[in-house]
Amino acid sequence: MVTTTRSEVPRAPAPVEPEVPHARNPGMPLEAEWVEEVRVNRSAVERRASTLTTRRSVKKDWQAAWLLKAVACMDLTTLAGDDTPGRVQRLCAKARRPVRRDILEGLGADRLGLTVGAVCVYHAFVETAVRALQGSGIPVAAVSTGFPHGLSPFETRLAEIRASVEAGAREIDIVITRAHVLTRNWQALYDEVRAFREACGDAHMKAILATGELATLRNVYQASLVCMMAGADFIKTSTGKESANATLPVGVTMARAIREYGERTGHAVGFKPAGGIRTAKEALAWLILMKEELGNAWLEPTLFRFGASSLLRDIERQLEHHLTGRYSAGHRHPMA
Amino acid sequence: MSRIAEIFETMEYGPAPESPDRVDAWLRAHDARFDLFIGGEWVAGDPGERFEVVRPSTGEPLAEVTQASEADVDRAVRAAREAFATWSRLSGHERARHLYALARGIQKRARLFAVLESMDNGKPIRESRDLDIPLVARHFYHHAGWAQLIERDLPGYEPVGVVGQVIPWNFPLLMLAWKIAPALAAGNTVVLKPAEFTPLTALLFAELCRDAGLPPGVVNIVTGDGRTGAALVAHPDVDKVAFTGSTEVGRIIRAETAGSGKKLSLELGGKSPFIVYDDADLDSVVEGVVDAIWFNQGQVCCAGSRILVQESVAATLERKLRARMETLRMGDPLDKGIDIGAIVAPVQLERIRSLVEQGRREGARIWQPSWSTPKEGYFYPPTLCTDVAPASTLAQVEIFGPVVALMTFRTPAESVELANDTRYGLAASVWTENVNLALDIAPRIKAGTVWINCTNLFDAASGFGGYRESGYGREGGREGLFEYVVPSWTRALKKRDRAFGPKPADASGTRPLEEGATPPPAPAPVDRTPKLYYGGKQARPDAEYALAVIDAEGHFVAEVPRGNRKDVRNAVEAAHRGARAWVPRTAHNRAQILYYMAENLSYRADEFAARLRALQGIRRKDAEREVELSIRRLFTYAAWADKYDGAVHHTPFRNVTLAMPEPIGAMAAVCPDEAPLLGFVSVMAPLVCMGNAAVIVPSQRWPLLATDFYQILETSDVPAGVVNVVTGLRTELTPVLAAHDDIDGIWYFGDADGAAEVERLSTGNMKRTWTTYGAPLDWWSDEQGEGEHFLREASQVKNIWVPYGE
Repeated sequence: MVTTTRSEVPRAPAPVEPEVPHARNPGMPLEAEWVEEVRVNRSAVERRASTLTTRRSVKKDWQAAWLLKAVACMDLTTLAGDDTPGRVQRLCAKARRPVRRDILEGLGADRLGLTVGAVCVYHAFVETAVRALQGSGIPVAAVSTGFPHGLSPFETRLAEIRASVEAGAREIDIVITRAHVLTRNWQALYDEVRAFREACGDAHMKAILATGELATLRNVYQASLVCMMAGADFIKTSTGKESANATLPVGVTMARAIREYGERTGHAVGFKPAGGIRTAKEALAWLILMKEELGNAWLEPTLFRFGASSLLRDIERQLEHHLTGRYSAGHRHPMA
Repeated sequence: MSRIAEIFETMEYGPAPESPDRVDAWLRAHDARFDLFIGGEWVAGDPGERFEVVRPSTGEPLAEVTQASEADVDRAVRAAREAFATWSRLSGHERARHLYALARGIQKRARLFAVLESMDNGKPIRESRDLDIPLVARHFYHHAGWAQLIERDLPGYEPVGVVGQVIPWNFPLLMLAWKIAPALAAGNTVVLKPAEFTPLTALLFAELCRDAGLPPGVVNIVTGDGRTGAALVAHPDVDKVAFTGSTEVGRIIRAETAGSGKKLSLELGGKSPFIVYDDADLDSVVEGVVDAIWFNQGQVCCAGSRILVQESVAATLERKLRARMETLRMGDPLDKGIDIGAIVAPVQLERIRSLVEQGRREGARIWQPSWSTPKEGYFYPPTLCTDVAPASTLAQVEIFGPVVALMTFRTPAESVELANDTRYGLAASVWTENVNLALDIAPRIKAGTVWINCTNLFDAASGFGGYRESGYGREGGREGLFEYVVPSWTRALKKRDRAFGPKPADASGTRPLEEGATPPPAPAPVDRTPKLYYGGKQARPDAEYALAVIDAEGHFVAEVPRGNRKDVRNAVEAAHRGARAWVPRTAHNRAQILYYMAENLSYRADEFAARLRALQGIRRKDAEREVELSIRRLFTYAAWADKYDGAVHHTPFRNVTLAMPEPIGAMAAVCPDEAPLLGFVSVMAPLVCMGNAAVIVPSQRWPLLATDFYQILETSDVPAGVVNVVTGLRTELTPVLAAHDDIDGIWYFGDADGAAEVERLSTGNMKRTWTTYGAPLDWWSDEQGEGEHFLREASQVKNIWVPYGE
């Protein structure tokens, strides 16, 4: 039997964890040179993304725990034209009790106080949601700034943010002007996001890049950087309305931008993939991506959120299956 | 707190083991003891000594296999020979069906193969499941296709015969597939010896051969250690040897088979560069390094074990690498969540340790991540070595472990110099976002495979193999197929012992003169004393020894220098200067110069014909024909210069895989005695056509045809050093050239003893050799005297992988 002794080898320092994970990102002056030197090799990023889930596997109790974590990191979302107060209230009720109590008890997770990360709605329903979530500690997030296209008048977009904050939203999901990225006008992008950030005041700001409309991964990385420089607390992939949603290669790219920004500035910025994430398996893949590229701090709702509407249902089914050994059905879990 | 609640806090991965149950059941069904697979049956060894196969992750025994003796090997070769008679006569389509059945069989047993491979070798199940086994199936599919097409695609070729194959332990089943699939597709039969550490998947494959209905004896598997391999290589009825393994053993095999006439392909060691330019995507580079050196525990012949990074980004890359190394996971090879498994055996672990220790003593900084390795089994942590110089052991020696050395460079030119500063030449990886830079660097690196912005990608459609001491021959692709066929006309060669062509007068030829001896008076009015020719001009020989040239009438005509080792040395140096000028020339330009030679020879055709007649005493018609054929031959290679080109292989990735024939470098050629003009032209022209520089020893008996040719070279715009001629005694010059470590390949068309000596002496730098083992070629025939087989011997295929997508 052979073992390796390496006392003589210098040890690595402990991995760097952000000191105050929930501390906000104050941003920094635009550094265009840094943005321009960004290089992203699409094929290599795709290879990394495709092997993330083949290199790591989460099974049994670990899988159950990870799925519960996915619930805790979920921005339970409704962003449809036919939203009504009743629909939003239902969503909020689900946000408070995302998983059936008996399942949580069976998993030994009933004392975790599990709720979703936030409820995400249009401005029109912020007040409704805030009321419905009173006392739960669950923040309300509002999509804002001319969501999803972001092309309404600039002043209108600022006013929208202020209105949502005033209505009680503690998180604002803004959308960027894609044209600024496509025309490589970093200053305009920076100024826009900076202004949004100021309008947010104490509310945390998530910058939606709409990566499906940014054409290249290099654009995605560069837009991520500029948004972080401008003070985004989170960067988010998609509105859910673009034809291409959150993909793992995009996630790898944005995570690397977050890492680089954190290493250079000391500020931890959160990440939110959104759009098209519907299955427990996909959720695990995103969690693996976070753990691998950014570390455990990005497995907490302070720095990681899923934007999702139908994901929860699949996770509930998987959790019940873990408990009973029988495949579960959707109607066995209360709907949102 | 419940376990789930606890994991909810820690967010650890937890174990994810693949079950060994099916493998255990398979081993039990065999009582964990294996015989040899010969003639389609399990046959007990004679005397049947056995040895233990160990599971590297635990050190526990897995099974007992047979140590095949010489007698066992002989039985296996006889079975293969017997099967060859029918197998080689099956239609391509029938062989295709068999290969297809093997491909399907592997897919159906993919999980069993993968788990067994990981248990036997120690590699992570992810790799055996996602890479090794799918590539094995892909290899059989691809070669089922070659079997189907070979008759129409390679007319005039036939299988070599019985092939002895010896494979290593790092990719046991994959190396088996790389060896067996092309051999069978081309109609050969096989005796294969798996590595002693990892024979089990080969034995499972044997079972598959039987179940899939492969005719008995087509594939025979003999297990054992180096002694079994040696017996197989030495067996007189083996027509070809294919070996993958260390350069050390490859050298022995080359020496052992020298002069035997066995066709040989060797895929040997490497110390492959991984070059990072300052405009690379460094985060992707880091993952590239993971794939380059922590894939299969670094036990990969083409592992990117030398990181060469542009100085300006070196510190950043190093920081990123260290951070990444912290998140690598090592452990049970059957765990689906690990990156690095176990080292194959204690002896290998010890070798890694001692080399790293030596590196440390030489001043390298050794860095390993903070996590600890498993306590049981054979594990070695990923290791990054900095403060390494090209002179360091860590930069020169193949470690075959998860250890990478990092060095810096300043300019692209220096990166190429550093990359090529090695005896090896298996693979290279080039990282830059600049396509101009990537495609400039790739052809300048001496390596059989160059991966742009990727690494360790393999496919059956792409030829894999080395330059320099990394061996010769290719595996995969069209280029790999030629390792398992021979031109049909070569069959007749062995039977012939007399030169082709007109019969010259017995009296004619050369004889050595004593140093300073006065030759008989020359008949010519003005003394014409040719010298040697190198570096674009005639050069006085080092010593004053000479050969007297005697014509057909027995009269002295002239003297030519009797070149010696110093003349060879000078000529080789001139050839390297010539190659530097010649390689960048366009194919069109090389064609122009070959045409120009033909034109100038045509202009002086009468003079050359007269010389042939006077020296050899042959008929005018025969002399004129030799000159005419020489002109024609120059035309042939001028024509081919811009047509013998490469391919874009269809590898299943979003990329172009460019297969480019490249010159081998500075080549030596020893001409036959007969056909003193045509033989000279027939070896010079293809070498030059493909971009090589040549050092040529012309016909010893009638050297004046070559020395007369100097003036053709001088008037045809041939750059200095591209063609160099050293006259003299073949027995004196050949060994110097064959042993010269800066000659990249040698062709020899002298006698059988000389051919054996050439092969034996080639092992210093593992130069490529081509001989006919003393059998004369018919230089007057288009089939034998010219053709693609000359071009193939004058070039080597480099595969450049260029992924794309923005």
